[in-house]
Amino acid sequence: MKFSYMIPRLDFTAAGKASTDTKRRLTQIGLPIAFIKRVTIAMYEAEMNVAIHGGGGEASVEVGTDRITAIFSDQGPGIPDIDLAMQEGYSTASEEIRNMGFGAGMGLPNMKRNADELRIDTEVGKGTVVTMVFHIEKGAS
Amino acid sequence: MRASEIARLLHADILTFSEQADAIEVATACGSDMMSDVIAFVKERVALLTGLTNPQVIRTAELLDIKVIIFVRGKKPSAELVAMAQEQGIVLMTTRDTMFTACGKLYCAGIKGDTLAMPASAAERS
Repeated sequence: MKFSYMIPRLDFTAAGKASTDTKRRLTQIGLPIAFIKRVTIAMYEAEMNVAIHGGGGEASVEVGTDRITAIFSDQGPGIPDIDLAMQEGYSTASEEIRNMGFGAGMGLPNMKRNADELRIDTEVGKGTVVTMVFHIEKGAS
Repeated sequence: MRASEIARLLHADILTFSEQADAIEVATACGSDMMSDVIAFVKERVALLTGLTNPQVIRTAELLDIKVIIFVRGKKPSAELVAMAQEQGIVLMTTRDTMFTACGKLYCAGIKGDTLAMPASAAERS
């Protein structure tokens, strides 16, 4: 099963819909609740990054028998220093974004913590592609 | 502690599911206006205290299965936000208390905060 979403730029009414919709779909499939939480939390952080930093973009989610792969891509400014961006508390979000409850500098760390595999392909001035893989836990509930 | 008891302690107005507030049990609470911090720390049966009233608060709660949200400093959510919470089965309430006072009252009444232990990383899980 595969589905995709458009993520509009700086649209705080729409942002998060890809993640919450995925949560509903995965719940219908009957995957373990803790696993779904892990997948959708990581997706939500990626989705907000695309909306806030990436100038909008898209998300695609593929549900396989043993794994879920979520890919977020944008044609935004790219990430100049990944190591810095991965640090907890580091954020380039504006004051306006912070006032909306984002820019805590926990987005990428939260993705890393919840995904089994995290890959970031980024080029300054070109954009960013974040690929996250989640291994479906057998027998868990 | 039940959501209805939280409302009583904080003199809060319950905006959604007031009739169910007696049935919803809260084990711990998290007070924050930064949603990524909430995501990093929150575990099970949590009440979220926040001064933010944008749709992302409901989205965050939905993803984390948070069933009780307390708006502090007298913040009132929009009708749209209330509708979102209704759809998700989330109890919303609003108190005139500040974040500090609201958290203090709940802590004194026996709700303890979660430890700051980070969720296990992928490496630690496997």
